[in-house]
Amino acid sequence: MTAADAHRAILAVWRIEQPRLITSLARMLRDVPLAEDLTQEALLAALERWPVTGVPEKPGAWLMASAKRRALDHLRRGRMLERKHEMIAWDMEEQQQAMPDLDSALDDDIGDELLRLIFTACHPRLSREARAALTLRMICGLTTEEIARAFLLPNATIAQRIVRAKRTLSESGLAYETPRGQELSERLSSVLEVVYLVFNEGYTAASGLDWLRPQLCNEALRLGRVLASIAPHEPEAHGLLALMELNASRTAARIDAAGEPILMLDQNRALWDQFQIRRGMQALGRVRELGGAGGVYALQAAIIACHTQARTAGETDWSRISGLYAELAAIVRSPIVDLNRAVAVGMAEGPEAALAIVNRLVCEPALTGYHLLPSVRGDLLHRLGRYEEARAEFAAAAALAGNRRERNLLMRRAADAADAAMSA
Amino acid sequence: MRFMFIVKSAHPGPPTPELLEAMNKLADREIKAGRLLDMGGLTPLVTGAQVRIADGQLGVVDGPFVEAKEVIGGYAIFELPGKEEAVASATEFMQLHKDLFPGWEGVCELRAFASSGS
Repeated sequence: MTAADAHRAILAVWRIEQPRLITSLARMLRDVPLAEDLTQEALLAALERWPVTGVPEKPGAWLMASAKRRALDHLRRGRMLERKHEMIAWDMEEQQQAMPDLDSALDDDIGDELLRLIFTACHPRLSREARAALTLRMICGLTTEEIARAFLLPNATIAQRIVRAKRTLSESGLAYETPRGQELSERLSSVLEVVYLVFNEGYTAASGLDWLRPQLCNEALRLGRVLASIAPHEPEAHGLLALMELNASRTAARIDAAGEPILMLDQNRALWDQFQIRRGMQALGRVRELGGAGGVYALQAAIIACHTQARTAGETDWSRISGLYAELAAIVRSPIVDLNRAVAVGMAEGPEAALAIVNRLVCEPALTGYHLLPSVRGDLLHRLGRYEEARAEFAAAAALAGNRRERNLLMRRAADAADAAMSA
Repeated sequence: MRFMFIVKSAHPGPPTPELLEAMNKLADREIKAGRLLDMGGLTPLVTGAQVRIADGQLGVVDGPFVEAKEVIGGYAIFELPGKEEAVASATEFMQLHKDLFPGWEGVCELRAFASSGS
């Protein structure tokens, strides 16, 4: 085994064990950032020793013993005079004596502890970006370097984000606990937001550049499954999971051999991952059982589900999609949602009805400079036979488009409209 | 990456209650960790059948199959970052067998899905 192989093998064990290490230490030390520091030290020790000694037979127990020893040392070295800490240290020694074999990896129910840790990492006091970095680090076991590469940011930026976030957590003395009742729903949305941010960061990336970008999708999906299994009564947790599973099911069909993106309606549906679609539909079914079909994530998932359930693009149930968009538009005021609704209405009812919606969006400041607005408008005008107006819209959209491929496509459509105008 | 773990053994008989309990705990932990997507144990070979093509002929053979040495006892589907994680995970699973099912010998084969992307 080369040093690099050993390194990768150790990180693999680490990713499995790390959340449990942090939660165990956090419970004893009552300090999540400190617990995280000490588990990182245990990892460094493993990275130093295991290449020499080989990976121990029970690597999880080794890491746990090493982390606990560090926690004990820390308490002894530090504020030993403080009675509270003495008590904790004593407790821990008691525990260690009572459990000389630390192979209890399977005996504690990680669920509640993990949920508590996720709520801490995603505390609303932290910025969204800081929450995402801290979550990837503490829950997913990614290193600072991996997070930086995944977000295409310098190491120093991520390192600083993590340090600041941990300081905020330490200084504010935030309780390490799972919120209950009304507070749970509020805090949960702060967690779901972070998970979806991580997912989209990976999903919208031009793929194939770096495995760590798609890796973000997978980590977000995993977090989504974690939340759905440890907070099973929260419909939006299942809604977000459904949305992510259904979106991710199209991954293999989203780019062509040259790496260019393929629009959903043009994708080869045989490449959609049926296993993942089934999982997404199961999660959506769970949302409905819980009476949460009207949630923000659930509605978006239901829209994607309409696409995944259609065997061909032509079989898409556009009137259902436009109905779901109308529901979504009623709870999130967003011109982007309205624009999407217009597209669905255009497919379900025809271009006239859709154009009425789009025309109301033209003055929307949030859509100024957004190329899809003139692009959709051009398409509707073209279908109505108003070719000269359509040409002008496509030309405007091409001028605004961010990437070459889209610009080319829009210029081609402008030229088609111009030809149609000539021969009309 | 999505992996299928296939557990094969020539060892007949059901697992010990201790192993069964430990495997349930491990499965529960892995489901809660979002890594284990699906799993299942398979009934004995005698209840199965094979549909095969040999010499251009289709044929059905009911179990047990005399030539079968190692039998697939169960499978699991995991979503993991990469092969190293899959090996670590399978190692933990097999360690339970070593500790709690004395005398058992077998293989946990892990294979990445061809189409599951990255």
